[in-house]
Amino acid sequence: MTKPNERKLTIARAMAEATAQEMRIDPSVFVMGEDIGPLGGVYGNTRGLIEEFGAERIRDTPISETAFIGAAVGAAQDGMRPVVELMFVDFFGVCFDAIYNLMAKNIYFSGGNVKVPMVLMTSTGGGYSDGGQHSQCLYGTFAHLPGMKVVAPSNAYDAKGLMTAAMRDDSPVVYMYHKGLQGMGWLGTEAGATVHVPEEPYTLEIGKAKVVREGKDVSIVSCGMGVHNALKAAKKLEAQGVSAEVVDLVSLVPLDRETIRASVAKTGRLIVVDEDYMSYGLSGEIIASVTEHDISALKAAPKRVAFPDVPIPFARVMEQFCLPNPDKIVAAWDQMQAA
Amino acid sequence: MSPTREEQHWMYRNMVTSRRFEEAIAKIYFEGKSPAFNMANGPIPGEMHLSDGQEPVAVGVCAHLTPEDVVTATHRPHHQAIAKGVDLDKMAAEIFGKKTGLSGGRGGHMHLFDDDVNFACSGIIAQGMGPAVGAALSRKMQGKPGVAVAFVGEGAVNQGGWHEAMNLAAVWNLPFICVVEDNGWGISVSKETASSIGSHADRAAAYGIPGKRIEGNDPYAIFEAAGEAIARARAGEGPSLLECETYRLAGHFMGDAEAYRPEGEKDALFEKDPIPKMRERLLADGAASEAELNAIEEDSAARVDAAITFARESDDAAPEDALTAVFAA
Ligand SMILES: Cc1ncc(C[n+]2csc(CCOP(=O)(O)OP(=O)(O)O)c2C)c(N)n1
Ligand SMILES: [Mg+2]
Repeated sequence: MTKPNERKLTIARAMAEATAQEMRIDPSVFVMGEDIGPLGGVYGNTRGLIEEFGAERIRDTPISETAFIGAAVGAAQDGMRPVVELMFVDFFGVCFDAIYNLMAKNIYFSGGNVKVPMVLMTSTGGGYSDGGQHSQCLYGTFAHLPGMKVVAPSNAYDAKGLMTAAMRDDSPVVYMYHKGLQGMGWLGTEAGATVHVPEEPYTLEIGKAKVVREGKDVSIVSCGMGVHNALKAAKKLEAQGVSAEVVDLVSLVPLDRETIRASVAKTGRLIVVDEDYMSYGLSGEIIASVTEHDISALKAAPKRVAFPDVPIPFARVMEQFCLPNPDKIVAAWDQMQAA
Repeated sequence: MSPTREEQHWMYRNMVTSRRFEEAIAKIYFEGKSPAFNMANGPIPGEMHLSDGQEPVAVGVCAHLTPEDVVTATHRPHHQAIAKGVDLDKMAAEIFGKKTGLSGGRGGHMHLFDDDVNFACSGIIAQGMGPAVGAALSRKMQGKPGVAVAFVGEGAVNQGGWHEAMNLAAVWNLPFICVVEDNGWGISVSKETASSIGSHADRAAAYGIPGKRIEGNDPYAIFEAAGEAIARARAGEGPSLLECETYRLAGHFMGDAEAYRPEGEKDALFEKDPIPKMRERLLADGAASEAELNAIEEDSAARVDAAITFARESDDAAPEDALTAVFAA
């Protein structure tokens, strides 16, 4: 994707750049959250902002998520465009009312009289033994509840475009970035997430999926870290003579069902990869989107590679046992053939 | 009330054990994490929040507790776990993610549960409050003895759940004590940035309960204040709020560059390290001899060595055991 001499950015830097560029042209944009000031965000996505914009617009908050996310809703309805951070998505439990009963519903309750232009950034994902309160994805939890757009970038190019689009959107956008893609040295990082990012601002359409690898035998659909697992699995499958197409959802809400259906119409087979819990979530939704539309498109029963329905264990061997990986995706293909 | 000679020795022993434990963990934590520091690697992966410097709070409070009393702790729980008498072998094994750990490796360092001594943790800020209040309620309803203590950081008092639990404990007059460990920082956010008042003990007035702030990271003063609060709770006189000044000698987590700290702050804190200070005082007061202190220190080091050896030599958790223990057996 990146040509020689082209500038590559991590997702963290791409997010910070998008935010800085938007703040320069739009005085109503400001940032609130824990450790987003001098620290630059635990995951680096606000680095450099306080130096340029100062503490008035880059606000370190107390550990009071209900208050500052609720405050963002109020500020958004009053002409500001807040960007707020919930440090780990796992912490939604202490503040969900502000998110799903206020942020997500006030446009509807007002019959569209009120706008809620805010971005809720939050980190997702595990794989580094942070235990069951710091490793979840919860894509399904957020995407299930109407009234908030949800995006989940897999690489820095998309991350910047989505960030700018999210800040310009008049509806609330939940921006779920995966810790393992952030490019933070201390966390290890998926190299494929750090790609060329143009300097100038640009937007990515929220609600549009991407076919990131073309194939004809099976569609592997995922988002975030799952896309990288899918791409690695596709390489392994290629070595076996299997041509896998990989669909990066990019947005979970709105969900681009057309792109998924078109891919499956072509390949006839579907594997969904989801780091979130298996049941009642993304993987079931993707499969339903295909089967309820045209079951004859499928040559085999769809498969899902998702986190089992257990809290995320700390011990590395246990966590790795539960997480999706390329080999599990290949195994899903094998099972599909054996069936 | 001042600590007896025995209580002083107990406090010193637990402070030293805690510090030796953290030192051992800190050293092992970096195994497998160099040259490139990656949290996911090494025998102890994941985040690691050490309690160096905060030992006086744990021992000053837990000196008054018995195994039947309840303690809830936070993401930074080792000093409190040790002072509460959590099994050190199993605790070390848990931190290594071993089969012999407190939860067989399912929980990890932020989720230490030892039912034998009524110790539990939550990594979500202030979320030890509700469970501790609930344990206090349960004791009252069952007519069983025991008090519940929730340890939280000074950052936690700005969490809605903290306030709700404080009020509940007060309005129901429960045997509950909230102990705030004020180390001045919530990750990179200073207390001054986060709170509009200097002493969180003043908030006790909002619940109509006693509140006290203890300065100086002083195990003797903490012992005294905690003793009063716990005696009140045991006597059915209701909850209290204590805020103890303490020092975070470590980073927020291991790998924290701490660039947010003002120049010289760390050095000044090390000057006031509570362990050598308590040692000096024990000697000056004639409460312990050099030989007794040496013996305590050797014992503590041996105890920690044994726990670390136990952890290292234990089997890894079995991968498929991840799928068990979701529901009660
Ligand atoms: C509800 C919630 N919000 C944010 C966090 C992230 N977090 C972990 S520790 C911490 C700082 C806590 O500060 P304090 O309570 O003073 O405890 P200390 O770390 O100083 O021991 C924060 C913000 C969390 N774990 N839970
Ligand atoms: Mg603190």
